[in-house]
Amino acid sequence: MIPFDFDYYRPATVEEAVSLYARLDREGKRPLYWSGGTEIATFARANLVCTEAVIDLKAVPECRALAVGEKEMTFGSALTLSEIDDSGAFPLLGATGSGIADRTSRNKITLGGNVSSRLIYKEAILPLLLADSDALVAGASGVRRVALAELFQRTLQLGKGEFLVRFVMDPSYRNMPYASVKKRKETAIGYPIVTVAALATEAGTRFAFSGLCDFPFRSAEIERTLNLRDLPAGERIRRAAAGLPAPIRSDMLASADYRRLVWQVALEDVLASLGA
Amino acid sequence: MKLQLNVNGERRTVDVRPADLLLDVLRENLGLTGAKPGCRNGDCGACTVTVDGWPMKSCLMLAVEATDKAVETIEGLQGAPAQRAFVEKFAFQCGYCTPGFVMNVHALARLRPDADEATVREWLQSNICRCTGYEEIREAVECVLAQGRPASAEEKPYRRPPADRSDSGNT
Repeated sequence: MIPFDFDYYRPATVEEAVSLYARLDREGKRPLYWSGGTEIATFARANLVCTEAVIDLKAVPECRALAVGEKEMTFGSALTLSEIDDSGAFPLLGATGSGIADRTSRNKITLGGNVSSRLIYKEAILPLLLADSDALVAGASGVRRVALAELFQRTLQLGKGEFLVRFVMDPSYRNMPYASVKKRKETAIGYPIVTVAALATEAGTRFAFSGLCDFPFRSAEIERTLNLRDLPAGERIRRAAAGLPAPIRSDMLASADYRRLVWQVALEDVLASLGA
Repeated sequence: MKLQLNVNGERRTVDVRPADLLLDVLRENLGLTGAKPGCRNGDCGACTVTVDGWPMKSCLMLAVEATDKAVETIEGLQGAPAQRAFVEKFAFQCGYCTPGFVMNVHALARLRPDADEATVREWLQSNICRCTGYEEIREAVECVLAQGRPASAEEKPYRRPPADRSDSGNT
């Protein structure tokens, strides 16, 4: 059980949600936005998070939007990972998301919840970065549209009271060849040692990584190296480490050296599957 | 707060905290103790119920989130094919994980009656059996899925891949 009390709100509009947050914040309630709520529920049980008010976003229609149009496709922040996978709207997003937790949990875990996670993995962000997505962010000043690559700089740069409404990207990305490889320590379910997502565009293959460093990322330098087709794949992979934005993690799942090896093996798998 | 829930086809009114989890409300307020607290962290699946037909870990859901939704627990199955299959295949030992497995398999058979091996594996990875009764559980799943398919000349019933029995000590 959650060992503390909080009030529960279920606004029907973006404006109502933002307004509620502002009021509850003024009242000192330390409000939290509740999307799938799985992380808040488990963290709260362990006293790792505390709040006196949660604002459930699932009744806000824009947060539940899923659409593929001629010019853009839209994924609401409160869509579950299972809904996204089952829709087939963006196969790479479905594939990467389907490696997170387990199927029943993914019936509750949402796209926005995973991207906003306090944990380092946030694997659902990888396809969004690869597709040059924009994020629609709601706050006191209204809804702003910002490139996800600008919004996510190692962590999500949201202002107080802001929340993710939806993600939009060019629909052409949904038809491009892709690969998503997740290497875990031993079980079929669990946090990654490394997750690699890749998208083969006409201009070259794009790569994004989770679990390798303390944050998910996409690196232009690594992409340039891995796309040097004149070099053997092994040499490209070996050189790619020079483009890492931070040291490789060392934790109970894997030492930094072992994690580097797993990353290289995952890259071999990805390059082979894409014929890159 | 007073909450109206639709549980096993019945409208039930409960007095709960907004922070109360669905698992605890089902067990403590409604006496439906079939869903079990295992890890309480969304890992083990012993608390699985269905919400609007979809398997849901009730330890990850606030009771208040279940308003306007149809919640089904193991007590509501009333001898459904998944339950019968688990009995017939003796797919339980201590039985603690069993309601969670049965609810997941019940939902799988309804929502994915043509589930292939990959889908079965994906869905069933949501539940853990510490008694390791997986062999019989798999047989129960095969049984349920085979029952659910209409007879057809082109029908390809679910068949698990041949097991490697080279080191099996069971007869």
